[in-house]
Amino acid sequence: MPPKSRPAAAPASSTPSKPATSSKTGGSMDAQDIVLGVWNNYQKITPQRVKLLDSFMGFLVVVAALQFFYCLLVGNFPFNAFLSGFSATVGQFVLTASLRIQTNPDNKKEFESTSPERAFADYVFGSLLLHFFCVNFIN
Amino acid sequence: MAATEGEQFLKQVSSRNTRGLLRVIILVLIAGAAVSSRLFSVIRFESIIHEFDPWFNFRATKYLVQNGFYNFWDWFDDRTWHPLGRVTGGTLYPGLMVTSGVIYHILRFLTLPVDIRNICVLLAPGFSGLTALATYLLTSEMVTSPSAGLLAAAFMGITPGYISRSVAGSYDNEAIAIFLLVFTFFLWIKAVKNGSMFWGALTALFYGYMVSAWGGYVFITNLLPLHAFVLICMGRYSPRLYVSYTSWYALGTLASMQIPFVGFLPIRSSEHMSALGVFGLLQLVAFVEHVRAQLPSKQFQTLLRALVLIIFVVALGGLVLLTVSGIIAPWTGRFYSLWDTGYAKIHIPIIASVSEHQPTAWPAFFFDLSMMIWLFPAGVYMCFRRLTDEQVFIVIYSVLASYFAGVMVRLMLTLTPIVCVASAMAFSQILDTYLDARSPKADAKENGTSDPAKVAAAVVLPDGLRSTRQPLVGIYSYASKLTVIGASAVYLMLFVLHCTWVTSNAYSSPSVVLASRLPDGSQHIIDDYREAYYWLRQNTPDNAKIMSWWDYGYQIGGMADRPTLVDNNTWNNTHIATVGKAMSSREEVSYPIMRQHEVDYVLVVFGGLLGYSGDDINKFLWMVRIAEGIWPDEVKERNFFTPRGEYRVDDEATPTMKNSLMYKMSYYNYNSLFPAGQAQDRVRGSRLPAQGPELSTIEEAFTSENWIIRIYKVKEPDNFGRDLQSATAFDQGRKKKRATKRKGARVLRVE
Repeated sequence: MPPKSRPAAAPASSTPSKPATSSKTGGSMDAQDIVLGVWNNYQKITPQRVKLLDSFMGFLVVVAALQFFYCLLVGNFPFNAFLSGFSATVGQFVLTASLRIQTNPDNKKEFESTSPERAFADYVFGSLLLHFFCVNFIN
Repeated sequence: MAATEGEQFLKQVSSRNTRGLLRVIILVLIAGAAVSSRLFSVIRFESIIHEFDPWFNFRATKYLVQNGFYNFWDWFDDRTWHPLGRVTGGTLYPGLMVTSGVIYHILRFLTLPVDIRNICVLLAPGFSGLTALATYLLTSEMVTSPSAGLLAAAFMGITPGYISRSVAGSYDNEAIAIFLLVFTFFLWIKAVKNGSMFWGALTALFYGYMVSAWGGYVFITNLLPLHAFVLICMGRYSPRLYVSYTSWYALGTLASMQIPFVGFLPIRSSEHMSALGVFGLLQLVAFVEHVRAQLPSKQFQTLLRALVLIIFVVALGGLVLLTVSGIIAPWTGRFYSLWDTGYAKIHIPIIASVSEHQPTAWPAFFFDLSMMIWLFPAGVYMCFRRLTDEQVFIVIYSVLASYFAGVMVRLMLTLTPIVCVASAMAFSQILDTYLDARSPKADAKENGTSDPAKVAAAVVLPDGLRSTRQPLVGIYSYASKLTVIGASAVYLMLFVLHCTWVTSNAYSSPSVVLASRLPDGSQHIIDDYREAYYWLRQNTPDNAKIMSWWDYGYQIGGMADRPTLVDNNTWNNTHIATVGKAMSSREEVSYPIMRQHEVDYVLVVFGGLLGYSGDDINKFLWMVRIAEGIWPDEVKERNFFTPRGEYRVDDEATPTMKNSLMYKMSYYNYNSLFPAGQAQDRVRGSRLPAQGPELSTIEEAFTSENWIIRIYKVKEPDNFGRDLQSATAFDQGRKKKRATKRKGARVLRVE
């Protein structure tokens, strides 16, 4: 079965793309139905911990979008600060997504050597590095 | 009993621990060989920094060690690029200096006070040992055969393609960068195989180190995305790829931006956009894969394609738009010259003038890689046979690096690691096949019974058919095995011989100190460079500005410790062109330029007496070309050629040539060494005009033993307000009775 790689990460972010997809395929299915089906499916099968991760990722997307719009509207004057803030969210998002992928039981086959504990330790290591670089770069 | 004991012993020998120990010992020996084969230059000459760029690195390292890291970071160097100065801390790759600074402080902490010069000299050999180790690790990830890794390490340790940039004393960025390159690739392969954030983060860390060490990091920046992209296109997307690539990119980009010289380039310049693009693409692919899991697959197959296509077009369009509108910096000239070898010559002579940016001559491949050049395709072919994710990497790497190595001589360096890995794979395949002394008969039986297809065939077909009788294909006679193994051994030995010969003869010269053979075979050291630089150090004021062609800027800064106008960090083309103009113009034009730039001394390199071909007259045309790029009306390359298109220095040289400052400085007083009319230029092989050039605005200050370096002092303006030409004529007329032929009349008037 296809690996369930990235979550319906931020439900907020996935929703807008859905109607577009269904209209593009030209199927007779109602876009609303698909989204609703996905959402229900998600609610049903996702464990609580993973939902926690997903909400964190949604939060990161929102923060990143806020920073980006701020940059567009107000200007990018402390460019270092904007960059490190933005890449901190992007990096954290990516790392969290990786953690989510690695701990997903569906992907057991792909990550034979990685136990959930190991995945979490990697996650902490990666995050520490990320934030070290960000703090160093922020000026 | 004895036999069984022997067997036990043999088993013990081949047990895992012993093999591991043997492997470690072999690797240590390889590292030792790698280090010691790079010491020719120290033994032949002395522990000295080589060539040009290393002198700057050495000077910067001394500054770092003396003034501490923060001062180094903020270093504004007012002793180069006079009168502009250079923000050195922000315009260099600090990895090399910091590495040797750290080693220096560690050794001091261990109460081993080693001179910083010796650390700098021996840094490259030391790191070459580590490179051999990294190559072993990388190769071991590629194939199961353990011998391939050891072979690759040995190849990497002694191949001239890598030694050329890492002999003792060649203290250049590449000294540590190649180790970092190979090690980063190893970590990347490890990350892709395991799909691990940890390895991805380590890749990013070493990638950051690499960025701090060498501009060639762009190669990694583009190779890893290309690998990921090719994997996606081959339909091999896996969550492992997502984890490893995104964790590398997110961390590595941040890490690379920590270096002031790189700064915002990773999000601004086009060279880094492919990495960003693949990062975005991976997010999309991962997202689509996820959605596909939730919905009927047929629609999403088409949807996926449509989506990828649209995004690609949009991203490309956006990139082009941003590039055109100038938000993303356009490709740099050095980059264009990678695609169009003629580009640099037309547009940026300063890049074309560097010999290591020339296209590679074909013998160089054999010279630098020896037998590996024909083993290399075999290794790449073997990667195609199994084509796992990591072997795709080898294929991509070898294709790209082969192309780049053909375009620029210096990029041979990036080709060398992959050649070592691929040819070690091919060679170990040969060895594994032919060194296997198993008895074929047992094999044959086993094969025959175990293969159901063969059994079925045997049932159906009559026994008489040859194809069923002999299912075993292979070479089992000892004679043929011995032949192949013997031939391989001979090739290996020839390889070692070739490498040692090339290293000792071609790559171990410091080029600051020259060596020649006297008629009796003994070695004669020509030490003109250091003689002249030491003269400058001793006899000129501390802030005397030296004008020379940019090749010698770093050496003057490092050895003579005097401010220079231009140096090997060619960041300001106009300034270099100014120097070029001063060198290639008449004295009347050059003098104001030199006065404006407060030049006190002019230094030229002249090889005519010794037959030293790397002198300034041979580089002169580049000065002319670079100056012509800025002042096309005042300096014209055509005027330096005779009507028949020859570049001559003898009687038939053009007036422009004869009147140029460079020509005059090179041949001034040269006649006095020879009997009248016999002056001979041994580089150009031509007889010089009987009447030597005369100088009025500068005067000879120093000429080294073999005339390689000539230093002239720029005269002060005349006290009486005359122009220097007439003042000189006046002086010559009064002091000497030897009237100059041109100004004969004036001499008479004085008397």
